[in-house]
Amino acid sequence: MHGPDVTWYVVLAAVLFVIGALGVLVRRSPLIILLSVEIMLNGSNLALIAFARHVGREDGQIFAIAVMAIAASEVVVGLGLIVAMGRRNVELDVDKLRTLRG
Amino acid sequence: MANFLVWCVWVGAAFCCLASALAVVSFSNPFFSALALIGNLASLAVLYLLLGGEFVAAAQVLVYGGAVMVMFLFVIAYLGDKTDQAPWASGPSWQAAATVLAAAAILTEIIVAVALSTGGGLAHSRPISGSFGSPASIGRLFLTDHLIAFEVTSIVLLVAAVGGVVLGSHARSLEGDARS
Repeated sequence: MHGPDVTWYVVLAAVLFVIGALGVLVRRSPLIILLSVEIMLNGSNLALIAFARHVGREDGQIFAIAVMAIAASEVVVGLGLIVAMGRRNVELDVDKLRTLRG
Repeated sequence: MANFLVWCVWVGAAFCCLASALAVVSFSNPFFSALALIGNLASLAVLYLLLGGEFVAAAQVLVYGGAVMVMFLFVIAYLGDKTDQAPWASGPSWQAAATVLAAAAILTEIIVAVALSTGGGLAHSRPISGSFGSPASIGRLFLTDHLIAFEVTSIVLLVAAVGGVVLGSHARSLEGDARS
């Protein structure tokens, strides 16, 4: 295998996942939280594809494509919720959405 | 020589990937965050190509960089200019400090877990054939070994599409109530 070995890819995937988690925890706009979740999913996808290359079988890539499909459906539902919030003139701030709090 | 070139491409793609991920998290305008995410997805597609995932790289650019991001940009444009405060705008708070601490803890945990469970065995990858990750072999695997995953994925996509329509039409009826 030319270039860096799989360890480098896995470390990069971990750093990407953590950056995404940081975004989910720090930001308050639900749009940016969704974008950060996408970064986390992409980090896990990179790890899956790196391990698929390491093992020499394509099953990890199949899994990554399934994750992509799940991410697409998650975006559809999440953006639908955000649009519904926008139409009801709810402020787009996850700290202020506390109607469900007991 | 080929080794050096691959290293150069890897370093460039990894740098773009991390920089655009940080940009997504730190821009205050969601529109710029979405544009930065497109750069992140493109550089990840380059990394997938280096790992022999030709079909996954193409799907990444088409599905993620194309369809999903267009949806994001439409919604951001629809909602108008609602900029979020940048995370550091209100000064350092204990919440932000605790978040950074938690993220660093997750990072060390992942790296230690991977290092312990693989024990340096990642240095030698198996040799692969020329058709590794090609559309033909991915399609064959999808329709033989992973048929259930394929079908379940299509059902999930169908449910998400129906859910999106239901959420949209519900919002429209609410808007009608507000007008009348």
